[in-house]
Amino acid sequence: MSVILILLIASISVAGLFLAAFLWGVRSGQFEDDYSPASRILFDDKPSSKTKTQSQ
Amino acid sequence: MQVEKFYYDNKIVKAFGLATILFGIVGMLAGLWVAIQIYYPESSLNLAATTFGRLRPLHTNAIIFAFVGNASFAGIYYSLQRLCKARMFSDKLSWIHFWGWQLIIAAAAITLLMGKTTGKEYAELEWPIDIAITLVWVIFGINMFGTIIKRRERHLYVAIWFYIATWVTVAMLHIVNSIEIPVSALKSYSWYAGVQDALVQWWYGHNAVAFFLTTPVLGLMYYFLPKAANRPVYSYRLSIIHFWALIFIYIWAGPHHLLYTALPDWAQSLGVVFSVMLIAPSWGGMLNGLFTLRGAWDKVREDPVLKFMVVAITCYGMSTFEGPMLSLKNVNAISHFSDWTIAHVHIGGLGWNGFLAFAILYYMIPKMWGTNLYSKKLATNHFWLGTIGIILYAVPLYWAGFEQSLMWKQFTPEGQIKYDFLQTVTNIKPMYIARSVGGSLYLIGALMMVYNIYKTIVSGKFIANEAAEAAPLVKEAHPKKEYWHRVIERKPVTMLVLSLILVAIGGLVQMIPTFLVKSNVPTIASVKPYTPLELQGRDIYVREGCYTCHSQMIRPFRDEVARYGEYSKAGEFVYDHPFQWGSKRTGPDLAREGHDKNKRPDSWHYTHMYDPRLTSPGSLMPRYIWLLDNKIDTASTPAKIRAMKTLGVPYPDGYDKIANRDLMHQADSIASNLKKDKIETASNVEVIALIAYLQRLGRDIQGEAKKPIAENK
Repeated sequence: MSVILILLIASISVAGLFLAAFLWGVRSGQFEDDYSPASRILFDDKPSSKTKTQSQ
Repeated sequence: MQVEKFYYDNKIVKAFGLATILFGIVGMLAGLWVAIQIYYPESSLNLAATTFGRLRPLHTNAIIFAFVGNASFAGIYYSLQRLCKARMFSDKLSWIHFWGWQLIIAAAAITLLMGKTTGKEYAELEWPIDIAITLVWVIFGINMFGTIIKRRERHLYVAIWFYIATWVTVAMLHIVNSIEIPVSALKSYSWYAGVQDALVQWWYGHNAVAFFLTTPVLGLMYYFLPKAANRPVYSYRLSIIHFWALIFIYIWAGPHHLLYTALPDWAQSLGVVFSVMLIAPSWGGMLNGLFTLRGAWDKVREDPVLKFMVVAITCYGMSTFEGPMLSLKNVNAISHFSDWTIAHVHIGGLGWNGFLAFAILYYMIPKMWGTNLYSKKLATNHFWLGTIGIILYAVPLYWAGFEQSLMWKQFTPEGQIKYDFLQTVTNIKPMYIARSVGGSLYLIGALMMVYNIYKTIVSGKFIANEAAEAAPLVKEAHPKKEYWHRVIERKPVTMLVLSLILVAIGGLVQMIPTFLVKSNVPTIASVKPYTPLELQGRDIYVREGCYTCHSQMIRPFRDEVARYGEYSKAGEFVYDHPFQWGSKRTGPDLAREGHDKNKRPDSWHYTHMYDPRLTSPGSLMPRYIWLLDNKIDTASTPAKIRAMKTLGVPYPDGYDKIANRDLMHQADSIASNLKKDKIETASNVEVIALIAYLQRLGRDIQGEAKKPIAENK
């Protein structure tokens, strides 16, 4: 059962990474607006200028 | 602010999408074939490569890695670019990722059918392929993180968080569970043994479900459902909250695969508790998805894409409620090793993964070809056929699982086991037949999709590079002189990498001594290493995939002890690289097959391998005729003994040089036993090795029956 040490180390390291990522997210304002991102993804306007779509 | 013009890469999405469809069909065909073999074993064509034991891993690997894997990549490459408002970081890496992954799949198909397997579920691929997977995964990661870094949309939409979590955790799981010592080009032994191996395996196995079959697919749901319904996600805040809760809780659920086994009780309880807690974040996702359709249910009536998504999300909710229920020990006591588990898996697999994959294909392909889906009616018929298929798959297996489990536990009024194992098998054959009908319907639906997609593609014009415009991110202004930590905080990738290095150093410092100290392995004094012949036999057992139908773990229940013998103790498995506890009892448990109370003559096993129905009428087991002719690979014995020694198995020094002498000696004595029962055979054929292994199972603690087992932990 001593292998649980490896699993704990791996899991807690990755959890630590995720914690760091979470804190980065909070500090850089990723979660300041938890309302408009949901709608923003629905806007996929075609380019305004007449750019020819490339097909190969 | 100058708007930048760029193009989304659709070619890579097309490639992954087509691969998804191809391997979906292949994986489903493999599944149908094994489903038929389970009631009609002759359909294996009596070939080694196509027995259930070899074909089942092909099915699971094809579906998980080739079907869902490619579907996730297709969906991620499509959605990530559009969410980041940036083309993939590197086209070259995109294509290396694509071709690397398909080559891995091809290698998997070939090696699995050849019997080159590690014997660990969903991690069967041998060490060279494991290395390839690591390399391709790193390339995928560079491409994905590179795209995120060059994004033009500062906010990371929730789907991107799910993709990041997927990448990081799968990397960790794959590396830790694949630590193995190579013995030859395509054979390795797990570094872990017995209970340790079981824990690592199911820490991996459950998290493969969590981070390969759930998180990327949730990410896809969060993009494709709003887009298809043209509605914003019901609660963006909820999506953030349940994401973080999900990824922290999921990791600890693994032990629920090992309830009532020789895994220590406290580890089992940990798994139970976290598994039950998991209902909350999982249902957060389901509810968020379904509520997104508030006010848009009329669209579901019209759009096959939304129909698939609704059933997919519902099946996700059902599985993530059923899973925690199955993690309760009293429920698990009935369900473990039975077909109930299979039903549960397929609600998730067919319903959540399959249907969501179909949904995103039906969504993306018309868009990328600048046209409409060829036939909405055909897609709707696919939907209904698939849904009925799922129901006809799961319900018979629920019935079968309950019946077989309750029959296993049935005693006569006199206190004897009422049904022998074969009776429980024969009884559920009709349910197995019904299940394969359900699976066939699902497959036919998928074939309808192939036709529909083909007609859509030929009617449209592929847009290889889709034009887009967006403003680049504005760099935030910073004061000239800054505390050094503040600088790092602004550079998220640097911060992550530095944290990772720090943590890794701490981890290594602790891990290396743990594994160099042998006394950490708990032992029972009477448990001895396998003899060379038994070791070769064990490797044959692993190669043929016997563990896919036979368990080796007697649980501490009255009926199991009555049927199989003393329940299994952790110390009995210390030399088992890999462990072979199994997950299913299509056939009986073998943990004490060699125990004097259960022991059958060597000739019984010989006949049983030649044709199981000669010893056990009604048996579903395939014939293993080639074992009677194939020669044991004695040339590999020294390398195997040396590898085991490195892993801590106490063979005497220099034993590898003389191991074959003992092997032939033991083989000769088995051959002369067989001769006494009128069976003429050479000593050096594989069936002899397998017989030696089977006759060894469960013997070691025979002498300890009256004494308490002394284990030094």
